[in-house]
Amino acid sequence: MSVPAIELDGVSLAFRDTPVLEDVNLRVEANDYLAILGPNGCGKTTLLKVILGLLRPDRGRVLVQGRRPEKSRGTLGYVPQHARFDLDFPIRVIDVVRMGRLAARPLFRPLGDADHKIAQRELERLEIADLALRPIGSLSGGQLQRVLIARALTLEPKVLLLDEPTASLDERIGVSVFELLKELSQEMTVVLVTHDIGAISQSVRNVACLNRTLHCHPTKELTSEILEATYGCPVELLAHGQPHRVLGPHGDES
Amino acid sequence: MIEALSFPFFQRVLIAGLLASIACGVIGALIVAKRMSSVSGGLAHAAFGGVGLGYWAGFSPMLGATGFGILASIAIGVAYRRLQSGLDTVISMVWAVGMAIGILFVAFTPGYAPDLMSYLFGSLLFVPWSYVYLVAALDVLIVLAVWLLFKEFQAVSFDEEFAEVAGVPVDRMLYALLGLCALAIVTLIRVVGAILAIALLTIPAAVARHWTQTLQGMMCVAVGVAAVCTVLGLFLSHALSESLALSAPPGPLIVLSAAGIFGVSAIARSAKGRR
Repeated sequence: MSVPAIELDGVSLAFRDTPVLEDVNLRVEANDYLAILGPNGCGKTTLLKVILGLLRPDRGRVLVQGRRPEKSRGTLGYVPQHARFDLDFPIRVIDVVRMGRLAARPLFRPLGDADHKIAQRELERLEIADLALRPIGSLSGGQLQRVLIARALTLEPKVLLLDEPTASLDERIGVSVFELLKELSQEMTVVLVTHDIGAISQSVRNVACLNRTLHCHPTKELTSEILEATYGCPVELLAHGQPHRVLGPHGDES
Repeated sequence: MIEALSFPFFQRVLIAGLLASIACGVIGALIVAKRMSSVSGGLAHAAFGGVGLGYWAGFSPMLGATGFGILASIAIGVAYRRLQSGLDTVISMVWAVGMAIGILFVAFTPGYAPDLMSYLFGSLLFVPWSYVYLVAALDVLIVLAVWLLFKEFQAVSFDEEFAEVAGVPVDRMLYALLGLCALAIVTLIRVVGAILAIALLTIPAAVARHWTQTLQGMMCVAVGVAAVCTVLGLFLSHALSESLALSAPPGPLIVLSAAGIFGVSAIARSAKGRR
């Protein structure tokens, strides 16, 4: 068995006195495609930042491909929530996407043709090559989301972490992003967090539910009981009229 | 108007002003794009503490200003990175504390009370060549640093978290940015004054933002606008004293020229209807 892509061991983190993560254990195998599901404010973004090494947990151990996150720079791709960006920043799409190459080019080393080719390749993969010279302030939410995914892929990561990748995508775009993620999970580990139950397409291999503590479900079976425990209230499973996934047996209320 | 150019003192002031525009345009574009232009005000006023300390303790006020400027940029950097919240609060505190220390030390200093006003608006009419060389050296340092580290400065300004994930030393880049900003302000404070340094760092960059979509473009346009403001202010000052016998200091006129250009630019921009 190879080294797991991500391993969290008893991770806890509190902001001031408010616990955000409590004793989270998680093991993500290489080339898994995992969705972490949870309500707003349950610590999903915090969990991603802990894995990325942007936040240090109060207790517990985080390993990314067997190493501390700080030592794994350049192997982790990060797609943040696009809503938090300053769209007034003077920068073009191509410049944002090329930022992924910073991992391969240390200080004082300019980007070269090889880097520009990789950036171009990812622009084309995300079908946004025609937007390359547009300022980011002129993009729609869905387009910006694709730019951020392209940037993360330009880093050529081993593990791709996405924060609410469907937050503002319309159904048509959303579905094709999931097709892309499914395709990507052939070559890298993909972990996404979302509060949107409907967003979990049939391509996701595993599901974990987070609400301060984490519950892993190694199968694709998502039951109402599991969701109820996560969301703290009865949740009805909806298929959104899409041929998404085979759902587990429902509880009495459905 | 043109005859002003034949006065050696005017030539030196003009060259110093144009050189200052380069430093201000480049650093100004970075801090305005990152929405932290108020650090310029905080650092400029923090430097006053050093000026006062220098007067009191009997060493060069500029040395004190440099020390206080660097200390203030470290304090702002630590507050921003470690305490997460409250960048604006820390800037305001650094601002007020710097001024308070400066005024206290000046009050403690017996006898001659130095004119603090000259540190606010500078004394653009007396610029020695040695100062012109100092500003030129500052330009070389800033342009070289930003040119060599452009991709890192751009990434850190746009998205610190992704920059960190991509392995950029975000802390060091932020301290470098704040440190360069402090050096620029301290260098400019002696002759153009603190207020003018703030104005030249922020207003031309804000004008440039109206018309550019890249950070590089914003830097170039900001340098140009700063240069135009400087020239405009200096010639206005000269014209007022020649034709109306008004001795108008050039510093405030440069600030007002910049504000006027910003107003025209903002109107033209909204008339053009982009965003």
